[in-house]
Parts: sequence; structure tokens; C-alpha cells
Amino acid sequence: MKIAVCIKRVPDMEMRFSIAVDRTSLDQTGLKYEMGDFDGYALEVGLQLVEKQGPGEVVVISLGPEGVQEILRKGLAMGATRAIQLKADQVPFDGLAIARALAEELKGGNYDLIMFGRMATDTANGTVGPMTAELLGLPCVTGISQLDIGQGNGTARRDLEGASETVHFPLPAVLTIDEGIARPRLASLKGIMAAKKKPLETKPAQLGSISLTVERMELPADRPPGRIIGEGADAVPELLRLLQTEAKVL
Amino acid sequence: MAAFLAFAESRAGRLRKVAFEAVTAARQAADRAGGHEVHAFLIGAPGIGQGVEALGKHGADTVFVVEHPALERYSPEVYSATMAERVRAGGYRGAFFTASAEGRDLAPRVAARLGVSLASDVTGFEFQNDSLIAQHPAYTGKVNVTLRLTGTPALLSLRPGFVTPAEQPRAARVESVEPAMDPAAARVTVSELAQRSTTKLDLGEAPIIVSGGRGLRAAENFKLVEDLAAALGDAAVGATRAVTDDGWRPPTDQIGQTGRLVSPDLYIAVGISGAIQHLAGMRTAKTIVAINKDKDAPIFKIADYGIVGDLFEIVPRLTAEVKKARSS
Repeated sequence: MKIAVCIKRVPDMEMRFSIAVDRTSLDQTGLKYEMGDFDGYALEVGLQLVEKQGPGEVVVISLGPEGVQEILRKGLAMGATRAIQLKADQVPFDGLAIARALAEELKGGNYDLIMFGRMATDTANGTVGPMTAELLGLPCVTGISQLDIGQGNGTARRDLEGASETVHFPLPAVLTIDEGIARPRLASLKGIMAAKKKPLETKPAQLGSISLTVERMELPADRPPGRIIGEGADAVPELLRLLQTEAKVL
Repeated sequence: MAAFLAFAESRAGRLRKVAFEAVTAARQAADRAGGHEVHAFLIGAPGIGQGVEALGKHGADTVFVVEHPALERYSPEVYSATMAERVRAGGYRGAFFTASAEGRDLAPRVAARLGVSLASDVTGFEFQNDSLIAQHPAYTGKVNVTLRLTGTPALLSLRPGFVTPAEQPRAARVESVEPAMDPAAARVTVSELAQRSTTKLDLGEAPIIVSGGRGLRAAENFKLVEDLAAALGDAAVGATRAVTDDGWRPPTDQIGQTGRLVSPDLYIAVGISGAIQHLAGMRTAKTIVAINKDKDAPIFKIADYGIVGDLFEIVPRLTAEVKKARSS
């Protein structure tokens, strides 16, 4: 089984962000980067599939500047076989451009499965996976919370608002993975050492024309500072009064 | 003529609220552009066409109806092929989706089929001459991004709940459309749709959310949270990641960075300390109430109204007072 997992380098979301002087990007000072949350789940699912149903290989692919090599090495340390960096000075906001570059790389790869996280934790669009599938003409299931891969086909569950769907699909397919399906493993020391010797190939990203761009980035207005209105159950009538007359939400 | 198209989402044969949000947004765009037409796209099993009248009521001039017995459940391939063909044929200035689970699946597919990009999960939009300017909250709600999408048609998906459905009645014309591909040839099929509950409100649609954290100490104590939600009426129950990880609540109840992002009118945090991952999912709520025993808990920094103390005394009292207020 041959699996590609597309991963994105995203800033650590627990940091305080500030906007760069160009007003269209984040100030890079002190930013720490990591693999996107959902991408970690996708990689874990891919690794487990090859371990259980091998032989095979897991290829991690990331688009972006030199820094993405760090998360590719992390993917290799977790157990991926090899890595590909699609080199671009920056990752555009345009999902179709990214999908085009990925499809160009993936099309000749004979992958049984191409996996993504449900969305990138930074830009929160979730468009690249299904767009890549369409460009490759492959079946696609998004937001998968349970997955079962059989001989040449699979069954997935995807959660909707207040409901869930059971979806059947043939292989090869493109899948996007939701949280909670399998907790990403930590890289072992042995894995980290082995990763240094695994192949990491770098190629230019074929992004094509870009039609979706960032016009401006701003920090949202801070919420007014919190207010403690009282202690214990005796504060409840005052809370109710404020909700009715001041906030007017009841 | 630059008309606008709205995808009217349905489930199990019924229109969803997001369908009216998409039509309302398309109506706003069409009116701002000088009174152009709004078209809606409605697809499903025979009988789905009954939704036409309701779509007209929200401002659709024409509804394109696709009915086929094999479309009882969502079919990503048939939906995207047929919707893409309609967008192409209609020469629209813009096409509206919503960023619901179905919309997030469908919209990028339609965009890729058309070879255009997509502004997704949008909380504000304006069509200019050759551009769509769209607002999109990113970086777990910590950064507001203004996007420029050039080219026609401009595809966008709206954040659910951001547009309030408004009535602007039209006697909608109906045009029947055949599926753009044989549904029997679809490779991806949905065999089952399991509704978790038909009576409970979804977190994304509820005007009030009561949410519980580790402070509740045990799964069975979520009854306190459920009782309060029931007393409030239009309320859904959410949870923190710690709670869903422990299996006290299903993963789908999780609010936060990796769960649902919600912005209800009222958010009541019960026994929640306010980890940054949780705040990312609910900081845009209009009014936040926090009940926690630790006065230094981070949740109190953003709560409009906080009560410090024992939730096991405070919450039942609040439930009782709400019941009393609602019955009087």
C-alpha cells in the first residue's frame, strides 16, 4: 500500500500573534512552528494502515519555504518512509493554487491513498484536500472520524451537525481526516536518528496563477475585560437580572 | 446579467437553516449590485421541490430543482457535477455556499471543477468591480483576514450563523434540472445517515450554549448542564476537550481549536478553567458567563459575567431561577 500524507507547517497557535508592517502577514519574530493538528492525525492513520496492511510506504509532502523541512523530518521520525518538499517562498492563501501544485506532484505517484488533515489549523479553510481530489479525478471523502480500509475499497464515517454519515468509496482515493481518529505517536529517539538518513527531496512548487490573496490582516478587538459579579449561589439573581436587562440575551 | 446563485442545503428531505442563510446573503449581494436576480439550487430525492416556496420567501427569483430517487442522501459527485454545470450555464457573478459539514465538502469540489478559487468560512463580503472582498477569521480566531478574490464567478462559503435569514418574498419560478451525471455511476456513496437526535439543537445553530468542563468531576454530573440548557429553551450542550477526551461526552460536543468554533448569543461556561484552545472556539460569543470555583481561572478574564463558587450549588439555583423567570 502506497500512501501520501500532505502536511502543513503552521505557527504554534498558543502564541500571541502580531501583524507585520506590511499588514498582510504575521510578524515572524519569535514564531514557533509545528505540524498542523489534523495533519498529525492523518499521518498517524497512514502509518497505522501500512503497519497493519503492509508492505508499503508513507510519503510525507509539504509545500512551503525551507522551514517546512523541519516538519517533514518530524514526519520521517514518526515513521514515514520518505519526504518531498514542494518549494515555495510562502504558502499562498489560494487553496486551488496549492491543490494544483500538489496534484502535479501526486499524479504520477500511483498512491492508493492521499491523505490530508481536515483543515490547516492556521488558515482554517479545508479546501486543498477536496480540490486536489477533483484535479486528480479521484474519489474523495472529507472530515473522516472513523476509517476502515479493505481490499480496494473503504468505509468511513463523517460527522455532520447533529448527525453522521457512513460513506463507501473505492481506492485510490483522497481522504481528509478529523481529530480523534488516532492519536499521533511521539517520535522515538531511534526514529529521530533514523529520520536523518531518510530521503528528503526538494522540487519547485508549480502553483500557477493565484486569484485569492490576503488584502489585510488585523487582530480582532479585545473583549472587554471580564467582570466577576459575585460569589456563590446568592449571585444568581443578579446574574439573571444582568442577562435580561443589560446583555438582553434572555 | 450578473445574477447570484445560492446552494440550498437540505438533509433527509428538509431544507436546513443554512439554506436560507445562503439565499438571504445572495439576495443582499444582488440588491447591493442594483437588483439582480437570485437563483437557488435545490437537489435531493423526489419531493425536495417542496422547498421552493420557502426559498422564494427568502428572496429567490428562480429555483433550479434536481430530483432523483438515488439522491435521498448526499452524493458529493452528483451534487458537485450538477452544481458546477449550473454555475457555468448561469454566468453568475457569485455563488454562495455555507461552511457547514456538507458545504465544506461540496464548495471546494465545485470550485476546482470550475477552475476557480474559493473564499471559505466567510463572515463578511462585498462584491466590487472585479473582486470579491471577504472577511475570514483564521489562526483559531486570533487574526481577522481580509481576502481579495479576483475573477468570475466568485465562489464563497459563509460561516453558519453569520447571516440571519430574512424574508423578501418572491413567487419563485421553478426550473427542473437533470443530474449532470448518472447517480448510479457515482463512486462515493453515502449508505446511512444517522441523526444523533432530532430534538436537540446543533451547537452551530443554537443561540445559547451551556458548556461543561472538568470542574463537573464526573460524566453523570453533566445532568446539571443539561438541566440548565433545558430550562433555557433554545440551548445546546457543549464540552471542553478534556471532557471529550475522557469520554464523558461525545467528541462532536467539543468546542475549541480542534473542535467546533461557535458564536452564540449566550455562552455559559460551567467548571471550565479557560484553556487557550477552548477560548479559541468560543471567544466570539456575544455574551459569556463563567461559573468556576477558582477566581484566578483564565475564563474570568473574558467572561462578561463571572460567578466564583461551587458550581454544584450555583448551577441548580440558576436552573431554578431561569424556570421561575420563564414561567412568570
